[in-house]
Amino acid sequence: MSTGEPLLRVENLKVDFPGEDGVVHAVDGVSYEVHEGRTLGIVGESGSGKTVSSLTTLGLTRRQGAVISGKIMFDGRDLVTLPEDELRSIRGNDIAMIFQDPLSSLHPLYRVGDQLVEAVRAHREMSKQQARERAVELLGLVGIPDPRRRVDEYPHEFSGGMRQRAMIAMALMNDPKLLIADEPTTALDVTVQAQILALMERLQSELGMAIMIITHDLGVVAEMADDIAVMYAGRIVETTTAERLFSAPEHPYTWGLLRSIPTMEGYTWGLMKAMASEGPPGRQDLVPIPGTPPSLINPPSGCHFHPRCPYSQPEHTRVDPPLEPVPGGEHHQVACLLESDIRRRLWEQLRAGQTPAEAIAEVEMPEAPL
Amino acid sequence: MSPLIEVRDLTKHFPITRGILVQHKVGAVKAVDGVSFDVNSGETLGIVGESGCGKSTTARLMMRLLDSTSGEIRFEGQDITALEGSDLKAVRREMQMIFQDPFSSVNPRKTVGSIIGEPFAIHKLYKGTGERKREVQDLMELVGLNPEHYNRYPHEFSGGQRQRIGVARALALKPKVLIADEPVSALDVSIQAQVLNLLRDLQRTLGLTVVFIAHDLSVVRHMCDRVAVMYLGKIVEVGKSDALYDFPRHPYTGALLAAVPVVDPSRHGTKRRLLTGDVPSPANPPVACRFHTRCPKAQEDCSQVEPPLQEGGSGTVVACHHKMTREEVAEIGVSWG
Repeated sequence: MSTGEPLLRVENLKVDFPGEDGVVHAVDGVSYEVHEGRTLGIVGESGSGKTVSSLTTLGLTRRQGAVISGKIMFDGRDLVTLPEDELRSIRGNDIAMIFQDPLSSLHPLYRVGDQLVEAVRAHREMSKQQARERAVELLGLVGIPDPRRRVDEYPHEFSGGMRQRAMIAMALMNDPKLLIADEPTTALDVTVQAQILALMERLQSELGMAIMIITHDLGVVAEMADDIAVMYAGRIVETTTAERLFSAPEHPYTWGLLRSIPTMEGYTWGLMKAMASEGPPGRQDLVPIPGTPPSLINPPSGCHFHPRCPYSQPEHTRVDPPLEPVPGGEHHQVACLLESDIRRRLWEQLRAGQTPAEAIAEVEMPEAPL
Repeated sequence: MSPLIEVRDLTKHFPITRGILVQHKVGAVKAVDGVSFDVNSGETLGIVGESGCGKSTTARLMMRLLDSTSGEIRFEGQDITALEGSDLKAVRREMQMIFQDPFSSVNPRKTVGSIIGEPFAIHKLYKGTGERKREVQDLMELVGLNPEHYNRYPHEFSGGQRQRIGVARALALKPKVLIADEPVSALDVSIQAQVLNLLRDLQRTLGLTVVFIAHDLSVVRHMCDRVAVMYLGKIVEVGKSDALYDFPRHPYTGALLAAVPVVDPSRHGTKRRLLTGDVPSPANPPVACRFHTRCPKAQEDCSQVEPPLQEGGSGTVVACHHKMTREEVAEIGVSWG
């Protein structure tokens, strides 16, 4: 993380959606920063609040009747309280967004070029001819072959990967300072995904914008992000640099995610191959996180993760952990009630290939886990 | 021992038609175009490839959910492509399928008990109500569902639990073969692991043969003994997972492996060779080797002579004139042995 004033600073953001069954606490007190020229990755499963928090940055949850509190500071202005017309001058201009499904984000009845022209003319004085030249230039920049001809085609004439490239070109029309990418490659095949990720990295180094990438895919954030925030049930449970998150994760949920994904080597993450081949069959099985994600209407008391956490202590059902700096870890914050020494010993066991139960047996816990 | 399933020169061409009253054929989408492979008893065979490569069509042909254009599918030595009526019903009992989307593959108006028990109704098994209920509850227990939830409806279950309902239904008739088409791609990471472990446990305890179709190459590595890689309706490489992930010989296999984002920031910086362009249309695939338009190693002969599937010398069978060498595999960093 770099020093200096962040480009975007989100402070204690809460987004509630009142509904028939009660209030959905989609985002429940989230704080993070995005710095110029850097990439923040937000990872989480469905319903963790990762998309809602980014949509709120652009004021896109206002019409859904969301109750929003907290601050979203961008360029000295608070986007939470900013009037709609001022927000509109930022949206698509200083902050641009690309979405998961490029087909439904492009209007099927308008030529791709016209949609790009509209994006730039909504924000600045520019003749149609100039705007069209810019559209051609950007389509070329994002790697669309023969942009001068393609600019007059319709979205259905583009392949999935090309549509996502066109979306990126549209987002870049106004030289944004921040690009929010919400699952930008989830709908794409792996080889196309690799192309789009490489394109985003290249554009960032050429144009110097900040990127916020929201995804459920740990591989994508590992590849793209400088800093990572892990979300669970509307909160950030751990945040640090990409390097540290994968080498010294602190939160049991992060451990759970890492141990539940298969790797290309065929054994689970952190588990050495030698260990995978010894022992009874099933040794190299994935270690899933038990249970299912909680309701956001009635989230669990205390630590939201405690019902699924193999290490939770009786008091964790009562006390709500704040996001606190990890002792000795620079730029590393975690929301966990376990003592940091115990956490470290547990992770040592887990990364050596032990199951959570075996790790608990090795490490002296203050009280028996629930 | 002969393989449980032998697929030979299987093709499926979907006609492209034009005209409103009189439909005439103007072309064909060659979804599966001459595919041959074996599935051995008790193994898990993975089929990987990008969208449109024909992997799901192959699965549906094997289940006889689609009729093939030509070719043979031999199950225990018997060609099933032309079976009908009670003969087909008998074969279908032995092969069952689980689908990708746990939300649309179960009927929302039926209780879980009747969904899982439906195969019994179709095959007229366990006719007594108590008997059938007991069987269904045993199945629910087997896949990790609470048997007391027998009378609940699908909407009361989460995505992962619904996928378990699908698995229980598929296992009801004690099939020999389970065909799983992207069984976990709609699920969250933490739930995905639960379902993958369930499938592996069931395979071990029941001795199932599994055909596992997926696009996630790390999931395939984890689950499969052998892997077949498809591109535009053809198999380009097939072999034991260990050999294929250690030393991929086909440039397309290499490109696929290279494209996977890796959960390890320290591995970054290895030079990745990205494929350019998109997959060509299966209605009008490139001639000879179908990959030659995107292949970094393509030579003149690749656009003239179609390479046959042959032993590649490193444990896989591969269809390529100019196979990747050890050095090239190391250069793009795709050896996962």
